[in-house]
Amino acid sequence: MMRQVLSIYEPVASSGYHGCMLNYLLTRLVSAFIVVIGVSTIVFLLIHIVPGDPVEVMLGEVAGPADREALRISLGLDLPLWQQWTAYLYQLSHLDLGISLHSRRPIVAILAERLPATVLLAGASLVVTVIIAFPLGILAAIRRNTGWDTGAMIFSMLGVSIPNFWLGPLLILVFSLWLGWLPVSGYSGVASLVLPALTLGTALAALLSRMIRASLLEVLGEDYIRAARARGLSPLQVIGRHGLVNAALPILTVLGMQLGALLGGAVITETIFSWPGIGLLTIEAIQQRDYPVVQACVLIISLAYVLINLVTDLLYAGFDPRVRLGR
Amino acid sequence: MNARLSVPLIIIAGWCLLAMSAGVLPLQPDTIILEKILVPPEQDAWLGYDDLGRSIADRIILGARTSFIVAFVVVTISMMAGTLVGILAAWFGGWFDQFIVLIIDIFLAFPGILLAIALAGLLGPGIMNAVIALSVVGWVGFARLARAQALTVRQREHIMAARALGSGTATVTRRHVLPLITAPLIVEATFAVAGTVIAEAGLSFLGLGVQPPDPSWGSMIRDGTRYMLVAPHMVLAPGGAIFLVVLAVNLYGDRLRDRMDVHLKQPMSARKTGWHAGDHP
Repeated sequence: MMRQVLSIYEPVASSGYHGCMLNYLLTRLVSAFIVVIGVSTIVFLLIHIVPGDPVEVMLGEVAGPADREALRISLGLDLPLWQQWTAYLYQLSHLDLGISLHSRRPIVAILAERLPATVLLAGASLVVTVIIAFPLGILAAIRRNTGWDTGAMIFSMLGVSIPNFWLGPLLILVFSLWLGWLPVSGYSGVASLVLPALTLGTALAALLSRMIRASLLEVLGEDYIRAARARGLSPLQVIGRHGLVNAALPILTVLGMQLGALLGGAVITETIFSWPGIGLLTIEAIQQRDYPVVQACVLIISLAYVLINLVTDLLYAGFDPRVRLGR
Repeated sequence: MNARLSVPLIIIAGWCLLAMSAGVLPLQPDTIILEKILVPPEQDAWLGYDDLGRSIADRIILGARTSFIVAFVVVTISMMAGTLVGILAAWFGGWFDQFIVLIIDIFLAFPGILLAIALAGLLGPGIMNAVIALSVVGWVGFARLARAQALTVRQREHIMAARALGSGTATVTRRHVLPLITAPLIVEATFAVAGTVIAEAGLSFLGLGVQPPDPSWGSMIRDGTRYMLVAPHMVLAPGGAIFLVVLAVNLYGDRLRDRMDVHLKQPMSARKTGWHAGDHP
């Protein structure tokens, strides 16, 4: 991946800056829209993979035939598949996700209750990730082939290989049960946020620190870095103003893409810590056979992920002409 | 073979040997010894006993067998299906390729483990359904990689020569395309094994994979979390087993990549694939 840095200054101005950006924006929006339709379709189809009769499974054996028929009609399962599909998309476009079978409440209201906890956890994990990954990655890159580098890469390998459902209980064991510093689980204040955020953030930090090291190493060999050094800038200035800025694109790409892993991982982490977010809701809904809620959870997390990727893509294009020009 | 490559390989081989001999060893994973309930590691049970008084070491070895079989089956299915789809897309191009790319993009829009959890949850608990769920998620990464690789290989002179000489699509693919794209696919498969071991344990942790009383690393950790204060060994032992296996496989994949000199446009770690070391529960 050679950086063609000088090309930034080349024909951008002449080929029409705004035209390019608009074109890129439109293409990207259309493709994101198609993906959203596709994701909704797969989520819609999820209910049809339930073995046997989904209504039977959801209601159990005690329900009478009248109840079953009512549920069948309310889920639209009596219609042909394509009509169910268009009806589902129509409802979605009106932000109607149906009714929870368990609590009989609108699913949108349930999601709205649970969303803040997941957003808070994801945000805190991201902070943990950045705090760990950047110093580690930078240190490994500028002290290449030293003990620092080896240490950082060992951490990275360990962090990538440790599953959340083991790291979480380990953290609880050490910091809650043995040391008694932090609560075991629950959703009360900053103290209860620390362990889940650490659990969720560690794997991402491990991956990102590797990426930061690799991107920086690629950039640090460039002429403009030598030029910056020759001008007498301090190492910190060289890294900050010239190194990281030019290495930012692949780093941010990884961060954006791995946010999906983070959101998916939230299901298990929230279960470990009884954190009342969308992830825990997914598991509860699976256990209660509340399938419309399972569908809604998968849908909202996936759509959030599509949105994040769209926004990061557009941001890069705004910052870096190379992207929107397709170089 | 140098030490960097052989150390992780020895660990992996050791585990495989242990898992394969599970049927021969005198294991008693379901034998309940009431007076041994929650007893920590001791002389003749070096990993201690669980909440029902069963030997944790025996259960870990049987869990290894399940875990490896699932990983092997899932990665084999994913790799074969994904590679086939990817090569076909690259070969035929046009609207077919566009369609496959769209399908791949749609599948990649789901966080992998989330889709697997939902699929396993809806299909119902059980090891077969876990395999199906993990394969549905797993093929995408291989398809994407195989397509990208096949696209670059397609333009090479020897392929054009083979086609000019009258070789059919199947022959060209088998004899000239596949051998060239195997190295990155094998590296990808190695990481996929690590990802699948973690994912299967994750599903079992949530109660969606292996069902009791059959031992599984994931469900052993889940059972252990209830007794963490009195019997931390119940969590430490199976978790350590997963960690050791995944670490060895990841290290091996890393070094295999360096050795095979797989250069991709983006580093392996930067690509979004169906299963990946970073994409874990």
